[in-house]
Amino acid sequence: MLRVHSIQTLGTLDGPGVRFVVFTQGCPLRCACCHNPDTWDARGGKDTGISELVQKCLRYREYFGAKGGITVSGGEPLMQAKAVHKLFEKCKAEGINTCLDTSGCVLNDDVKELLTVTDRVLLDIKYTNDTDYRRYTGWSMDAPMEFLHYLNEKSIPTTLRQVIIPTLNDSEESIARLKAIKDAHPCADGVELLAFRKLCESKYQTLGIPFPLAHLKETSPDTIKKLTALL
Amino acid sequence: MKHANWNGFESGVWQDEINVRDFIQRNYKEYTGDESFLAKATPRTEKVMAQVRDLLKREREAGGVLDIDTETVSSLKNYAPGYIDKDNELIVGMQTDAPLKRGVNPFGGIRMARQACQAYGRKLSDKVEQEFMFRTTHNDGVFRAYTDEMRAARKCHVITGLPDAYGRGRIIGDYRRVALYGIDRLVEMKKADKAAIAEGNFNVETTRASEELFQQITFLGYLKDMAAMYGYDISQPASNAKEAIQWTYFAYLAAIKEQNGAAMSLGRVSTFFDIYIERDLKNGTLTEEGAQELMDDFVMKLRIARHLRTAEYNELFGGDPMWITEAVGGMGEDGRSLVTRNSFRLLNTLYTLGPAPEPNITILWSPALPYAFRRFCAKVSCDTDSIQYENDDIMRPHHGDDYAIACCVSAMKIGKQMQFFGARCNLAKLLLIAINGGYDVSSDMHIGPQEGVMQDEVLDFDAVMERYERYIAWLMRLYVNTMNIIHYMHDKYAYEKVQMALHDTEVERLMAFGVAGLSVVADSLSAIKFAKVRPIRNEKGYIESFETEGDFPKYGNDDDRVDLMAKDLTHKVITELRKTPAYRDAIHTLSILTITSNVMYGKHTAATPDGRGAGEPFAPGANPMHNREENGALASLNSVAKISYEDCRDGVSNTFSITPNTLGADDEERYNNLVAILDGYFTKKAHHINVNVLNRETLLKAYENPEDYPNLTIRVSGYAVNFNKLSRQQQREVISRTFHESM
Repeated sequence: MLRVHSIQTLGTLDGPGVRFVVFTQGCPLRCACCHNPDTWDARGGKDTGISELVQKCLRYREYFGAKGGITVSGGEPLMQAKAVHKLFEKCKAEGINTCLDTSGCVLNDDVKELLTVTDRVLLDIKYTNDTDYRRYTGWSMDAPMEFLHYLNEKSIPTTLRQVIIPTLNDSEESIARLKAIKDAHPCADGVELLAFRKLCESKYQTLGIPFPLAHLKETSPDTIKKLTALL
Repeated sequence: MKHANWNGFESGVWQDEINVRDFIQRNYKEYTGDESFLAKATPRTEKVMAQVRDLLKREREAGGVLDIDTETVSSLKNYAPGYIDKDNELIVGMQTDAPLKRGVNPFGGIRMARQACQAYGRKLSDKVEQEFMFRTTHNDGVFRAYTDEMRAARKCHVITGLPDAYGRGRIIGDYRRVALYGIDRLVEMKKADKAAIAEGNFNVETTRASEELFQQITFLGYLKDMAAMYGYDISQPASNAKEAIQWTYFAYLAAIKEQNGAAMSLGRVSTFFDIYIERDLKNGTLTEEGAQELMDDFVMKLRIARHLRTAEYNELFGGDPMWITEAVGGMGEDGRSLVTRNSFRLLNTLYTLGPAPEPNITILWSPALPYAFRRFCAKVSCDTDSIQYENDDIMRPHHGDDYAIACCVSAMKIGKQMQFFGARCNLAKLLLIAINGGYDVSSDMHIGPQEGVMQDEVLDFDAVMERYERYIAWLMRLYVNTMNIIHYMHDKYAYEKVQMALHDTEVERLMAFGVAGLSVVADSLSAIKFAKVRPIRNEKGYIESFETEGDFPKYGNDDDRVDLMAKDLTHKVITELRKTPAYRDAIHTLSILTITSNVMYGKHTAATPDGRGAGEPFAPGANPMHNREENGALASLNSVAKISYEDCRDGVSNTFSITPNTLGADDEERYNNLVAILDGYFTKKAHHINVNVLNRETLLKAYENPEDYPNLTIRVSGYAVNFNKLSRQQQREVISRTFHESM
C-alpha cells in the first residue's frame, strides 16, 4: 500500500517527457516555500494498492514516448520507500522509466533499495548553506548532501532542482554554490531553477496554516533565465 | 493517352481513366526533413496581405458583413471578375465582383436569404424576390413533405440544425481533377457515362441519374466560361504549378458560388500541388520563394471566402466559418507518408500570413509520419492554435489513402463518396422527455410515445434505461425519415452540379447523423446508477429538475463505470439508426460533434440529473463536462478515446486546451511532449482532437478588449474561429471550458 495524496496523469515538469505523477502523502520537512502543504500530514491521503497504481499507470504508457514514464513526488516519497520500491520494481518490469522527486532527507536501507530501481532522481537542493536550510525547512543540509554523495557513488542520473525565492536564495553567490555542488557530483547532469509562485496561498488558507512567505514577490521568468545562465 | 502538359510525369492508369490517386502515388516525392527550407513572405505577399487585413478590419467594423450584392443570384457566371489587387495577385477569382462582398443564394430557401439581408440592414431586391416567387426552393419542398411529428421534433429542438433551409454542404468535389485533366476531358467522360445509361432501361434511378449528368455537364461548361472571364482557358490540363493551383481554385470557387452549404471543404490538395511545384523547381522555372508565394496567394483567397448567413445560423455555427478543410499528411498504403515539402508550405502560411481559422488545416496523424513533420505540426499548434488532428490509422482502413475531411471530422474518399449531412439530435433532452413520458418541459410540448411521467421517488437506473432505449428507438426512426425527406428535396431542388461533376458518376453515399449532449447523458445515467437522484415535480406533475445526493463517477476521469456508458450509448444510437433504410441506399454514420451549438442545445434543455442547471451549455462534441475532470489531461483523453470510431464513423470531436507551462518547461519540450501526447491518444484509437495551447487570461483579455486581439484564433469544435467573431455568450462558454493546468 502507498499512501497517495493525488495523481496527475499529465506531468511534464517532473522529469523527462510526458509522465504519470503520483504525489505521496506525508512529509517530515516544513519548507517555507512548500506549494503542497496539504501533503504534509501523513494521516491524510488514501491508501492505494501497488497493483492498482501500476494498472493505472499502464493506461497511459502510450503517451510516454521515448523519454516519459512514472514519477513519484510528494509529500516525501522516501517516507514510504518500501512501497515506492515495489511500485518502481513493477513499473520497470513493464519497461516504464522511473523517476523520483525528493528532498533527499533520508538515506536508509529501504531508500537504498528503492534507488536500485530508480532511473532518475530529481533532487531538491533547497538552500546552499546549512543555516538557511535549517531555518526554512526545519532539517539539516547534511541529509541531502549525503544523499547526493550516494547517488554519485551509484552513478544514478540526477537533476538538481531549486526553487528560487526572492531575497532567500536568489543571489549570484548562492547560485555559484549550487554550481559548485553540481560540479562536484558528476551524476548531476542538469540543474533546474524553478520560480517561486504563490498559487498555493489558498491551500494554506484552507488548512488554516499561515503561509510564511506571503510577504515575498513571485520570481520572474527573467530572473530564472538570468540565474540559469550562471550555471 | 498522352498530353504535352503531362511531360515529366510518371505515366500510369491515371492517363486513361480519371484517377487522381494513381497520379499522386506515381509522382509525389515524400519529404522527411524539417522546416528549415521554408521561405518567408515576399514583399509582394506582404503588400497584398496588407490589403486583405484592411478589408478584414473594415468587415469587422461594419458589424461582420462588409457588403451584400442583393441584386444578383449567386452562380458561376453572374458576377464580373473581382480582385483584391489585380496587378499583384498570382491566383485570381472572387465569389462576387469584389472581395468580401457577399452574394445571395436563395436556392436553399428564399426566406433565409431575405432574413440574412435584413440582419445586416439590407433588403433583398425585388428582382431576386420576383425571380423566386414561382420557383420551388429546397426549403419549400421539405416543408411540403414534413409530417406533424417532424415539425414538432424540430420545434422543440430535440432535432436541430437540419439543412432544410440552407445548403447541406459536406460534399467535397475532387477539385484537383480540373487541374490534372482540364474541363474538356472531364466533359467527355461524363458524356460517356450518360450514354452508358441510355443502353439500359429508364426507371426512377436511371432517369434521375441521366438528368443529373446533364446538369453536371452543363455546369462544367459554365466553369470553363467562368475561368475565361478571368482570362484563363481551363479546357486543357494545367501546364505548371501556378496553373495547377489556379485551375483547382477555379473549381472550388465555382462550388462556393453555386452552393452555400454549411461546410464547403477543399479536400487534399497540397501534396497534389507539390508534384507540379517539384517539376517546376527541377525545370528551373520556380524558386522556393515563388512556390511559397503561390501557396500564400491561394490561401489568402480561401481566407476571404464568405457566405451570407442569418442570426439563427450564427448561433449554431458561430464565427462565420466556411470549413474550407484541407487534409494534410497521412500515410500511404505502400508505407510512405504523404508528407511533402508543400505540406510544410501550407502550414507555413500561418506564419507568412499570420494565424487564421481558414483554411481549416487538418493533420491526418499517424505515429508513423516523419518525426520532423510531427514536431513542426506541434510547433504550429503551440504558436497559432489554428490546426486540428485526426487519426489516419483508423480512417485509412475504411477510406484508403486519398480521402479528405468534410467540415470538422467527416472522412470521405475524394470524388468517390459523398455525404448527406444531418446535423444532430439532443440526447440529453431525449432523456428528460423519456423520464417525463413524452413531454418536453422546456418547450411545454407533448412529443413521442405518451407513457406518462415516471412516478419513482428515487429514479431507478434499470427503469430509466428501459424507457430511454424505447425513446431512442422512436427518435432515431423519426430522424432517419426526416433526413430522407430533406435529402430527396435537396437533390431535387438544390443539386450540387459542379461538385458532383467532380465525383465519379457512381458514388457511395453516407448519411451522417449526430448527437449532442453525450457527456451530460453519461454523467446523468451515472448519477442515477451510483448516487440517489430524486425528481422534483412542477405543479402539473412533470419533472423539471433533480436533487442528486452522493457522489458518482464522471466521464472524463478514465473511469470505465461511466465511460462505457457513453460508449454503449453511441452504439445503441447507431444500431437504432441503421434499422430505418436511408435515402439512395446511403450508409448510416454517426458523429459526436456540436460545432458551437452546444450553447444553444443547453439553452433549450432543462436541468439534468448530473447537476447541470436548466439552460446551461453542454460540453462541445465528445468532451467531458467542463471542470469535472479530476485526474488531469490524459485521463480526460483516455475517456474520449473509448468512444468507438466503428460506431461513430462520422467522427468523434474533442477540443483540448492546455496552458503552455503545463505542456512543458520550454518550447522544444512543449513540441516533443505534444507529439508524445498525440501519438499516445491516437494509438488508443481516438479519432480527433483540437489543440489549443494558451492561457485563460488571454481569452479574458480578448473578451474585455477585443480591439487589442484582432487575429486571436482558437480551435472550438472541429474548426477554428477568430475569437472576436463569436457571440458574447459563445465567448463566455469557451472561457469556462477546462484548461488543463498543473500547479
